[in-house]
Amino acid sequence: MSTVISPGKRTAATPALVKDTRPRRTARRQQALACVALLAPFTALLIAVFLVPVGYVLGLSLFSQDHKGLGFGGGTTVFTGLRSYLAVLTDPSFISGFGAIALYCAIFVPVVVISALALALLLDSGLIRLRRTAQMLLYLPHAVPGIIAAVIWLYLYTPGLSPVIKLFAQADITIDFLGLHTVLPSIVNIALWSGLGYNMVIFYAALQALPREVIEAARIDGAGGMRTALLVKVPIIKGSVVMVCMFSLIGALQLFTEPMLMNQATPMVNSRFTPNMYIYDAAFRRNNYGLAAAASVILLLVTCALSYAVTRWAGRRERSAA
Amino acid sequence: MTTLTSTPQQGRSRLTSRTVANAVVGLAALYTLLPAIWLLLASTKNADALFGSDILSFGDLSLWRNLSDLFAMEDGVYGRWYLNSLLYAVVGALIGSLISVGAGYAFDKYEFRHKEKFFGLVLTGVMVPPTVLALPLYLVASGIGLVNTFWAVFIPVLFNPFGVYLARILSSGYVPNEVLEASRVDGAGELQTYVRVSLRMLGPGFVTVFLFQLTAIWNNFFLPMVMLSDEHLYPLSLGLYTWNSAATVSPEYYPLVVIGSLLAVVPLIVAFITLQRYWKSGLTAGSVK
Repeated sequence: MSTVISPGKRTAATPALVKDTRPRRTARRQQALACVALLAPFTALLIAVFLVPVGYVLGLSLFSQDHKGLGFGGGTTVFTGLRSYLAVLTDPSFISGFGAIALYCAIFVPVVVISALALALLLDSGLIRLRRTAQMLLYLPHAVPGIIAAVIWLYLYTPGLSPVIKLFAQADITIDFLGLHTVLPSIVNIALWSGLGYNMVIFYAALQALPREVIEAARIDGAGGMRTALLVKVPIIKGSVVMVCMFSLIGALQLFTEPMLMNQATPMVNSRFTPNMYIYDAAFRRNNYGLAAAASVILLLVTCALSYAVTRWAGRRERSAA
Repeated sequence: MTTLTSTPQQGRSRLTSRTVANAVVGLAALYTLLPAIWLLLASTKNADALFGSDILSFGDLSLWRNLSDLFAMEDGVYGRWYLNSLLYAVVGALIGSLISVGAGYAFDKYEFRHKEKFFGLVLTGVMVPPTVLALPLYLVASGIGLVNTFWAVFIPVLFNPFGVYLARILSSGYVPNEVLEASRVDGAGELQTYVRVSLRMLGPGFVTVFLFQLTAIWNNFFLPMVMLSDEHLYPLSLGLYTWNSAATVSPEYYPLVVIGSLLAVVPLIVAFITLQRYWKSGLTAGSVK
């Protein structure tokens, strides 16, 4: 909306600036100073907590520690660099971390996107009573810190503590949430509980922004609620859907809190269950910073590549659709 | 199927779809609500009741016992954690959003060389999740001797590139350029204009950025875990994690973790309910682009 008005604003503003040149120059300088003052703190942070650490970890991953002081000649440096990366990439426990993530994504992303989208469409359909209350209740878990969500669910998974298990036991069903095949779905469930309402609100907000005429037109054409939802509304908010998918994937790669907590409760989650846990384990249990640095760089690259690929793919889809 | 007149059959199907729709949303709401209710009920139980009795029995209310135990345990370290969390999250989010909003405003209102390239770097920062940076940050912090200090956690959480991105969008929406021009014509200095005029107009946007950052810092777990070894610097998340580890050996920690978790949830719930309309506008602005 603002983009429509702003050209007019600019043209209206320029005459005041062109009137006389001397005050304009001092005004310019003042503006430049203000701009620097406003940007300086952020730039300092960007350098100190983003660029420097990334650069440092890149260096550390190349100059392995036992080669301290030697690693400046051309050939040997490359060789040392490769070694840390090779060690990480040939480590089955690192690769299996990505395997766990892939499996986790395969369950989590479709479940969270479809259920959040379905709930948003239902809320948008006008069929729901107490819409605000429902929205609040669904959003509530997002205000619960990840570690506490994990604690709550871990206790609901723990035999003896869990009313859920007791309930099933009364019906003579033994259920083990922390078993070999159930532990991953159990982790997915924690993430789903935390993220469902948040993603639903994103979809719902996008749906609310849809032009009402389009929906009205579809209704006049005789499309039912279901058809309108799936064939008219969903394609228009595709951008939000792709965004939620992307953030879910990137978030999944960072999985740490929930499995770290599960690690205390069940042997099914080992201490290198996800890439981030591998990094933590390498740095603080094995004290191998070179290995941890190389693993961090790989995770960083995978994350960037993934988000780049998804945005590119989404952009192409949108252009071909237009 | 393509008629506009509604037959009785359609009326009935509309009634069923209404019932089904409400049932589905109701079930989803139960799914999100029940674990929270469990936390509430469980926090009134002592260790024995937590494991033994039915969760719904109100036979022995140990809420006050639990509360006083919570704050007495290990010389009241829980209160310390709570204050730390408030300090990291509230002060951090306040300073952090001032920095981000200022930068986002500058990106919107001023022209300078390589602006869009610089903004591209900011967007890269949005794409890189904080957890990936935790270990690199630890290594840098250990190089300059900042590990296991308050600053090791406090400084990194100030960095909020998403806030800059959001503030740039909000600034172009909320602060019309004419207002700046008018203020300049009146002879007000640039920064004066920013503080007195623009920042006021950006108020709702500021609250949005603040709320996002408050949540992120309150939930922060990986960074403090990597940086801190002194229990007295822990935020709640890390403290509760260590107590939960202790509970696997000595079960008397279980009720403390439960009631400690309950209290740790309160500030964010309060913040979200009181500032409801802001986070929603933030989400919409974030999803437009």
